[in-house]
Amino acid sequence: MPALNVNGTTTNLDVPDDMPLLWALRDVLGLTGTKFGCGAALCGACTVHLDGQAIRSCVTPVSAAAGKKITTIEAISNDPVGAKVQDAWRRIDVVQCGYCQSGQIMSATALLHATPKPGDADIDNAMAGNICRCGTYNRIRKAIKIASGQA
Amino acid sequence: MDQMDHMDQATPVSSKRRQLLKAGGVAGGGLLFGFSLFGCARQGETPSGDRKEPPPEKAVGQASTAMTNEKPGLAHDAFIRIDRAGIVTLIIHKVEMGQGTFTSLPMLLAEELGADLSKVKLEQAPANNSLYADALLGGQVTGGSTSIRATYKPLREAGAKVRTVLVQAAAKNWNVDPGELKVVGGTIRHEGSNRSVHFGEVVDAASKLSFPAEVKLKDPSTFTLVGKPVKRLDSPAKVDGSAQFGIDVRLPNMGIAAVAASPVLGGKVTAVDEQKALAVKGVRQVLRIEGAVAVVADHFWAAKQGLAAAAPRFDDGANANVSLAGIVADMMKVSQQAGAVAKNEGDALKALDAGPGRRIDVVYEVPFLAHATMEPINCTVDLKPDGCDIWVGTQVPALAQGAAAKLTGLPLEKVRVHNHYIGGGFGRRLEVDNVIQAVEFARLAKGPLKIIWTREEDIQHDMYRPYYVDRMSARIDDKGMPVAWFHRVTGSSIMARFAPPMVKNGVDPDAVEGAADLQYSIPAVRVEYVRHEPGALATAFWRGVGPTHNVFVVESFIDELAYASKTDPVAFRRSLLQKSPRTLAVLNLAAEKAGWGKAMKPVAGRKLGRGVSTQFAFGSYMAQVAEVSVGADGDVRVHRVVCAVDCGQNVNPDTIVAQMEGGIVFGASAALWDQITVEKGRVQQSNFSDYRVMRMPESPVVEVYIVNSHDEPGGIGEPGTAGIAPALANAVFAATGKRIRKLPIGEQIKKA
Repeated sequence: MPALNVNGTTTNLDVPDDMPLLWALRDVLGLTGTKFGCGAALCGACTVHLDGQAIRSCVTPVSAAAGKKITTIEAISNDPVGAKVQDAWRRIDVVQCGYCQSGQIMSATALLHATPKPGDADIDNAMAGNICRCGTYNRIRKAIKIASGQA
Repeated sequence: MDQMDHMDQATPVSSKRRQLLKAGGVAGGGLLFGFSLFGCARQGETPSGDRKEPPPEKAVGQASTAMTNEKPGLAHDAFIRIDRAGIVTLIIHKVEMGQGTFTSLPMLLAEELGADLSKVKLEQAPANNSLYADALLGGQVTGGSTSIRATYKPLREAGAKVRTVLVQAAAKNWNVDPGELKVVGGTIRHEGSNRSVHFGEVVDAASKLSFPAEVKLKDPSTFTLVGKPVKRLDSPAKVDGSAQFGIDVRLPNMGIAAVAASPVLGGKVTAVDEQKALAVKGVRQVLRIEGAVAVVADHFWAAKQGLAAAAPRFDDGANANVSLAGIVADMMKVSQQAGAVAKNEGDALKALDAGPGRRIDVVYEVPFLAHATMEPINCTVDLKPDGCDIWVGTQVPALAQGAAAKLTGLPLEKVRVHNHYIGGGFGRRLEVDNVIQAVEFARLAKGPLKIIWTREEDIQHDMYRPYYVDRMSARIDDKGMPVAWFHRVTGSSIMARFAPPMVKNGVDPDAVEGAADLQYSIPAVRVEYVRHEPGALATAFWRGVGPTHNVFVVESFIDELAYASKTDPVAFRRSLLQKSPRTLAVLNLAAEKAGWGKAMKPVAGRKLGRGVSTQFAFGSYMAQVAEVSVGADGDVRVHRVVCAVDCGQNVNPDTIVAQMEGGIVFGASAALWDQITVEKGRVQQSNFSDYRVMRMPESPVVEVYIVNSHDEPGGIGEPGTAGIAPALANAVFAATGKRIRKLPIGEQIKKA
């Protein structure tokens, strides 16, 4: 019975250890902002932070998340960097269908924590794992530059 | 402004709405305005000017009408509500799937109403084909890039009529001439006496007045909202994770199911290890219908584990040995037969065979494609003896309602469809196969049921963009000008499945759209259609529909003719577009902005090329210039795409730019990499590992130039996708000398 610290609250969950964190968040805790896209770490829609690192929750078992700080899109505005990223996303209207954007914002926030002033190559590297089927990449790049004070 | 401020999608609005209508007023005070939103082109009418009607999804509208036995609401009402606090609510009959209608439609209303856009709330319309049909499509459908085209005039008229009675009410109250009043930001003001009221203060009085039969609309040059970039109203909810998609629905005691349908279309379930599935902790039930198995559990993980344990077996049925090679060989054969004639001007067959110059004959092919929306297919159903509630993101709510009513035997009004934000439509959610499957399982389930398809299930049980074989022939005279053009399309007829009456004299209008309406002036043109059904794969609309296939073929072949006549591809097109001034204008704009004819910046070790395409589709004119480089091993990189678009009157220009940026990336993935292949009746692709979607490092810079115009608006959701494949293929030719006549480009260039 893993105890998960999600967005600052610790909850004991009656779920198997090998259950991917994604389904614990969505189906057990009701945090549906984190999305299911591929189930195989190929699309990034399920990205959350584990101790500040961007991880794919669809392939991360709850046992690996237990004892660490899990942050989801629902709480990323409490992180000053996350709030800046969200502001930039709103400022230039990045979203279209919006389904992948929670994951995009989580990946971008982790990038800016590690690299506060990322160049294009840094952005490419950090964001390559997040697919946007609507093709909002031009705006995601621009929003990351705005959030990092480079545009 | 959170999502709930703008829309309460969790509320079953359908029944509530009816009560309101009967009451005539609004609980809590305020005014409900019933309006015809369908004052522009009616079904069967020819639109003015050179705008052609869309089309393909017209079939979907008709299917919706046929399924529900409800006439499309061409003469009925959509609704606008104003409460005593002055909050305006638009009951929106379109769904938001990224294309921006939840911003642009309220803009149209607010422009004439004089409302503060930030105080306009949206409420998703319930399924009701007789109240919420699209005038162009003839049914309750979001598709075919029609949302703005069908509402541009009626929504503004609705706004103007409501404003008129609000102003009259205020004028009467103050005993002044209505003409002396001004309306700005939801406030009615009388300058002379320095008095003002907000809408909410006069709604009760206004509700007793009748609407004027005619209203004068603003001159577009005086628009204050329309044509200006406005922030998307759905942006905040999609940035903080609160936006609710169909997959996010949660109901008390709901079971969540993983589904395995027969891997071969038409196959049947033969065996399931039910006990093994039930032994998995959290699994509640194993459900079996003819062609699929669902394992229901407390959460999706247990459902997925349970499904693996259930190990469903299938009888593959008649399609057990179908392969793509077999399908294509068959298509090649039937494509040699004469087809139904979609267009015949001059005597192309004769002109091809004789005359000066030379004849060119080639064959083009485009593959089956999956939609691969980011939100996998899902549907939630609560079926009870006296009613059925369906939570889903759908482009066709009335079709979903009708399908569920038919399956359950419930009357239409007992089936309530709660529509949601769509995590990618692209035509996939014009289909209700998921709703049908969910209702079938729900009949066996204990309690509310959510089905979710895994990504693999989603890709392997999609309804695919058809494979097409196009036989192209032309004659170029001794001056290098084309004198005859022949185009025979062979492929599946989506229309024949959806709305058989749309297929006239054997021609599926979708299959030849973008081919039969050739923009180039060529003396003799013949376009034919041969229907061929793949059998083992279901086919369906895919972003850009007919034009996405035909613009690739036409614009690639015209490029071939340009090179054959040793003429610059842009100059060659110009010479043939003298009777299509708006297409010519966007071509010139794109060529200028791209620096056509100027050298590209070298990329070490790579061959460079620029390619161009033009099109007129969905009521919009477009040209694209793509810049690519090709490496020694044949990998193609897209560096820059310049897109010039004339879509008439802009509503929200930033949305137009976004749709071009995104549509181009969407089309580029397919053009470069994607194809669905079949062996032993089974789709071979399964996930983003083998069905490739363009990623950040691969995506080009997209520059969009919009022609300013007050002409009727055209559609913008799909043209960007249709224009990119030929621009890329032509650029690859410019770079390498290799003509791409079969998509995807990547596979072909590597074979070269």
